[in-house]
Amino acid sequence: MEETQVRSGWPLYEVFLRGKRGLNHVHVGSLHAADPQMALRHARDLYTRRNEGVSIWVVAAADITASSPDEKDPFFAPSGDKVYRHPTFYQLPDDIPHM
Amino acid sequence: MTEDEFAAYQSLNEETGDHRWAFGTGFTDPLEGIDASVPDGVDAAALTAYCLALGDDALIYSHRLQQWMTRMPELEEETALANIALDLLGQARMLLARAGQAEGRGRREDDLAFFRDEHEFRSVRLAEHTDADFAQLAGRLLVFSAWRLALFGRLAASADPVLAAIAAKGANELAYHRDYAAQWVIRLGDGTPLSHDKMAAALGVIWPLTDELFQADPVAARLPGVAADPAELRAEVDAVLDAVLGAATLDRPPGAPLARVAGKAGRDGLHTEPFGYLLAELQSVARAHPDATW
Repeated sequence: MEETQVRSGWPLYEVFLRGKRGLNHVHVGSLHAADPQMALRHARDLYTRRNEGVSIWVVAAADITASSPDEKDPFFAPSGDKVYRHPTFYQLPDDIPHM
Repeated sequence: MTEDEFAAYQSLNEETGDHRWAFGTGFTDPLEGIDASVPDGVDAAALTAYCLALGDDALIYSHRLQQWMTRMPELEEETALANIALDLLGQARMLLARAGQAEGRGRREDDLAFFRDEHEFRSVRLAEHTDADFAQLAGRLLVFSAWRLALFGRLAASADPVLAAIAAKGANELAYHRDYAAQWVIRLGDGTPLSHDKMAAALGVIWPLTDELFQADPVAARLPGVAADPAELRAEVDAVLDAVLGAATLDRPPGAPLARVAGKAGRDGLHTEPFGYLLAELQSVARAHPDATW
C-alpha cells in the first residue's frame, strides 16, 4: 500500500458490483483513483466492460477495517466445534431451494 | 468459496443475449440483418456522403486515441480511453457500412476505411489533431463529444431509420465520453496553478478547430428530415462548454478559427499535414494484406 502510493499518488479503492439479478454487491477487485467520483468512473471502465453490473459501489481501501490473519485462530477457531450453531437438526423438505 | 458466494459471482456473468459486446469477434457485418433500403424521397448520394463524413470523424478520432495507448499516466485512464476509442470505432464501422449500403456499389466498411486516399476523407479537422499533452486530449474530447452528442441527439429522430438507430445507440456512448472529458477539464482547470495554466493553454490550441463543426454543410442541406443543420447545434454545444469551463474556472479562449484553404475544410477533403501520416499508419496493414482475416 505504502509503495503503491509513492508510485501513483492515488489511493486504492475496492470495487463492488451488483449484477442484473444479483441480490447483493460482490467484491470484484480494486483500482487507483484520485477521489471517489473518479473511482466510480474507473470501476465502470474496468469492471463493467461485459455488461456485468447494474450498480457499483466503491470504497476507499483505507476505510476498511479488516480482521488480521495473525488473529485467525482466536477469531474463528472457537466456532468450529459448536455444532449447535448450525441448523443441522431440522428436517428440511426436499423442495426448498438455496439452503 | 461457498455455494452462495459462487452464485453471487455467477449473477455477474449472466447471459445478456447481446452477443455483440465486442466488435470484430464472430461477425463481419455490423449492420447484418437490418433492412438496408434507402427510404423513399431520400437522396441516396447525399446519404452516402453524410454517413461517410460522420463515420470518418469517428474513425480518425478513434485512431488518434489509439495512439495514446501505452502512453497514459495511469492504467485506469488507459482502459477508460481504450473504451472510448472502441466506442468510436464501433460508430465508424456502422456508419461506413451504412454509407456503403446507400451507395449501392458493393463497397464494404473496410473498403471505405482502408482504400480511400486522403482527399476522399470527409472528417472535420478537429478529429485529426494530434494531442500534444493530456490537457489537449481532455479539452479536445470535451469539444468533440459535446458536439457529436448534440448532433446524434437530433439524428436519433432522422428519417433514415438506420441512421436514427446508429445515432440513438451512439448517444449513450457519447454522453459518457463527454462526462469523462468534462471531469478532467474541471479537475485540471480547477486544480493547481500549473494544471490550470496547462489546461488553459490546451484550450487555446483546440479552440480554432471548433468553428468548422458548425459551418454550413451542403450535403446536410440536401437531406431535409434526415440530417441535422450544423449551425443549429451551436447553442446547445456552447451551453455545455460554458458550464464546464465555468466549473473549471477557465475562460473561453480568444483566437481566430483555423482558416479554410481555397474555401475548403475537412468536410471538403482538405486536411492538415499530419493527416497523411495518420492515414498511412491506419491503412498500411490492410493495404499490405488485402482481404486478410484472422
